[in-house]
Amino acid sequence: MLHEPLFSSSKKMEDCLAKKMEITVSEAEKRTGRNAVNMQETYTAYLIETRAIESQSEGQCAPVDSLWRRYSEFELLRNYLSVTYPHIVVPPLPEKRADFVWHKLSADNMDPDFVERRRIGLENFLLRVASHPVLCQDKIFYSFLTQEGGWKEMVNETGFQLKADSRLKALNATFRVKNPDKRFTELKHYSDELQSVISHLLRVRARVADRLYGVYKVHGNYGRVFSEWSAIEKEMGDGLQSAGHHMDVYAASIDDILEEEEHYADQLKEYLFYAEALRAVCRKHELMQYDLEMAAQDLTSKKQQCEELATGTVRTFSLKGMTSKLFGQENPEQREAKIKVLEEQIQEGEEQLKSKNLEGRDFVKSAWADIERFKEQKNHDLKEALISYAVMQISMCKKGIQVWTNAKECFSKM
Amino acid sequence: MPISPSSMINQYKFEDESELRDLFITVDDPESHITAIETFITYRVVTKTSRGEFDSSEYEVRRRYQDFLWLKSRLEEAHPTLIIPPLPEKFIMKGMVERFSDEFIETRRKALHKFLNRIADHPTLTFNEDFKIFLTAQAWELSSHKKQGPGLLSRMGQTVRAVASSVRGGVKNRPEMFTEMNSYMETFSQKINVLDKIAHRIYKEEREYFNEMKEYGPIHTLWSASEEDIAESLKGVASCIDKCCKATEKRMAGLSENLLPILHEYVLYSEILMGVLKRRDQIQGELDSRVDALASKKTEKDLFSEEIGKLEDKVECANNALKADWDRWKQNMQCDMRSTFTNVAENNLRYYEECLATWESFLASQTVDLHVEEDSEDRP
Repeated sequence: MLHEPLFSSSKKMEDCLAKKMEITVSEAEKRTGRNAVNMQETYTAYLIETRAIESQSEGQCAPVDSLWRRYSEFELLRNYLSVTYPHIVVPPLPEKRADFVWHKLSADNMDPDFVERRRIGLENFLLRVASHPVLCQDKIFYSFLTQEGGWKEMVNETGFQLKADSRLKALNATFRVKNPDKRFTELKHYSDELQSVISHLLRVRARVADRLYGVYKVHGNYGRVFSEWSAIEKEMGDGLQSAGHHMDVYAASIDDILEEEEHYADQLKEYLFYAEALRAVCRKHELMQYDLEMAAQDLTSKKQQCEELATGTVRTFSLKGMTSKLFGQENPEQREAKIKVLEEQIQEGEEQLKSKNLEGRDFVKSAWADIERFKEQKNHDLKEALISYAVMQISMCKKGIQVWTNAKECFSKM
Repeated sequence: MPISPSSMINQYKFEDESELRDLFITVDDPESHITAIETFITYRVVTKTSRGEFDSSEYEVRRRYQDFLWLKSRLEEAHPTLIIPPLPEKFIMKGMVERFSDEFIETRRKALHKFLNRIADHPTLTFNEDFKIFLTAQAWELSSHKKQGPGLLSRMGQTVRAVASSVRGGVKNRPEMFTEMNSYMETFSQKINVLDKIAHRIYKEEREYFNEMKEYGPIHTLWSASEEDIAESLKGVASCIDKCCKATEKRMAGLSENLLPILHEYVLYSEILMGVLKRRDQIQGELDSRVDALASKKTEKDLFSEEIGKLEDKVECANNALKADWDRWKQNMQCDMRSTFTNVAENNLRYYEECLATWESFLASQTVDLHVEEDSEDRP
C-alpha cells in the first residue's frame, strides 16, 4: 500500500526528491551478527532500492541502486533530522515493537506479518521525508539512500548529538514559560488529545477485531457437524452438506478481512506517532521561549546590578547589597571594575537577546509554515483512511451477503 | 400479553398444514401465586373448538407447570410408542436465566404453547381424553380427576414388569427397521447436542462483539470534537458504527428467538425418541419372554396361546404406531430445520444488508467532496 502524501499548494513539489527518484523498501531479511558488546544477535535488514526517474520516452529505465539498512539506522536518521530541523514536524517511524495486538496477531518482532507491515511503514517514512520540501534536500538523508558504507560515521561527524537538548527528552520537564505563545499552547493541547484519542481507538479496535474473529470462526464448527449429520439423512443430506461448506467459507473469510484492517490501523498509528512529532515542535518552541525569558531576566538583573553599583542605591533587596552594607562597601576602584565587567556582560547579553529574539521569530515563522503543511496533509490522509475503512466494511458486508445467500439456498433445499 | 388464537397462525408454521384445524389453543398471561407453602406460576389456557365432543366452543382455564407434567405422563402411559412432544425443563441449569425471571417465564410460556399445539396437531393424541380434560376442566375438577387415574403403584408395576421381561428385552427379535431407527437416533442425538452447543457459542460471541462495538463508535465522536476539517467524516463513521451495533443486536435477538429454542426442543426430542424406542423394545421383550417361557412348557399351550396372541397384537400395534409417528416426526423435523436455518440465513442477510446500506451512504457523502484531480493522482 503505497502512500504518497499530497501537498496541493506547494510549488516546491517539483523539486522534491520524491519526484526525481523512485524509492522502495522492497525486501526484508533476517540476519545474525555481533552487536556492540560482541554478543550474537538476530535482526532484520531492509533493502532500500532507488532509481532515478527519467523521462521514459526511449523506453529506457535507469539502473536500480540498492543497499541494506536495519531499523536502528532508520532511528539514527530520524534522530538526526529531528535535531537538525527542530521546527519541522518530522515524519515518524513505524513502531519499534508490536503494540495494540489482539490474540491472533503476534507481538514478536520476528513475526513475518509484523516484519512485512514494518517494511511498508519504513518505505512510507522514506517517501514522506523525500516528499518534504525542506527535508528532502538534506545531504545525510540522500546518503542514507545511496551510500552504503561509512554513513553512520558521516552522521556522527555532524555532531548533531551535541545539539540535541536533553531537556526535551524529559517528557514533562518543569520549566514554566511566563508568556507562552497561545497558538503553540493550543497546538500542544491538540497533539495530546490526538495521541490520547487515537490510542484509545486503536485499543478498542483491536478488541473489536478479536471478537469479530471469534464470531466468524465459531461458524466454522457448523461445517463438520452438518457433514456428519448429512450422512444419516436422505433428503436433507445434500442441503446440509453444501450449507456446511458455505459456513467454512464464511469462517475462513475473516482472515483476509482483518489483515486488510491492520493496514488501516497502521495508517492511524502513523498519526499517533505524528502527534508526538508535533508535540516535539511545540516543546522546542517552549524551550526557546524559556531560554529567551531567562536571558531577558538575566539581562534585566545585570542592568539593575549595574545601576545599583553606579548610583549606590539599593532598589531591591539583594544579599550582596546587604552584606556589603554590613561588611563595608568596596572602594571606588573595585566598584568601577565591577561596573565595567557588568557593562560588557550587558552588551553581550543584549546582542544575545537580539539574536535569540530573531531566532525565535524565525523559528515561529518556519515552524508555523510546516505546521500548516502538516495540517493539510493530516486532514487529507485521515479522511482518506476513514473512507478506506468504509470501503473495507462494504467489502466485508458484500462477502457476508454472498455467503449467506448461498447458505440460504442450501437450507431451503433441505 | 394475551395472544388471540387467530394471530397464532402467523407465529409459527405448523406441521400437518393439510388438515383443517378445528382446535385452537393459546397459552398466555402468566400469573404469580403466593401461598404459605410455595410460589408458583399459572398460565391461562384458552381453547376454541368446533368439535362435537366438546360441550362448549370456548374454554378458559388456568394451569400450572405440574399440570402439564401430569398430562405428559398420562399421554406416555396411554401411548407408549407414540412420540409425545417435549415439555420445557423444570429448571434451567445454564445459569443464563434466573428462575421466575421474566425471560424464563416467557421462554417457558412459548414452549408450553407449542407443546399443547403439537398435541392438538397429532392425529391420535388430539383425541386423548386426558388432553380434553386438561383443556376444559376447572381447577377442582382436574385435581379430582388426577387422583382417580391409575396411580403411582400401577405405574410402578408396569415398570417392574418391563424390567422383569429382561433388561435387554426385545433387542434379539427387533425388526430391522427399529434397529435402523436406533442407530439413526444415536447419531442424531449426538449431532443435535453439538449443534445446540455451537449455537450457544455463536450467540455468546455475537454478544461479546456487540459489547465491544458499543464502545467503538463514541470514540470517533469524541475525536471529532478536537478536529475541524475531518469532524464530519469522524461523526459519520461514529454513526455508521452505532447503526451496525444496533443491527448486530437484532441479529442476536433473532438467534435467541428462533434457532436456540428449536435446537433445544430437538435435543429434548432426541431423548424422547430414545425413550420411545426403548419402550417398544420392552413391549417386544414381554412377548419374547412369554414365548421363550412357553417353549419350555410343552403342556398348557392353549392357555398361553391367548396370552401370546394378545401380546403379539400389542407388539404389532406398538410397532405400527411408532412407525407412523416416526415418519410424521421425521417430516416435521425436516420442515422445522429447513425453516429455522433458512431463518438464520435471512437474519444474517438482513444484518449485512443493513450494515452495507449504512456504509454505502456514508461513502457517498464523503466522495462528493474529494477532487477528481486528487482522486486520479494518488491511486497507485
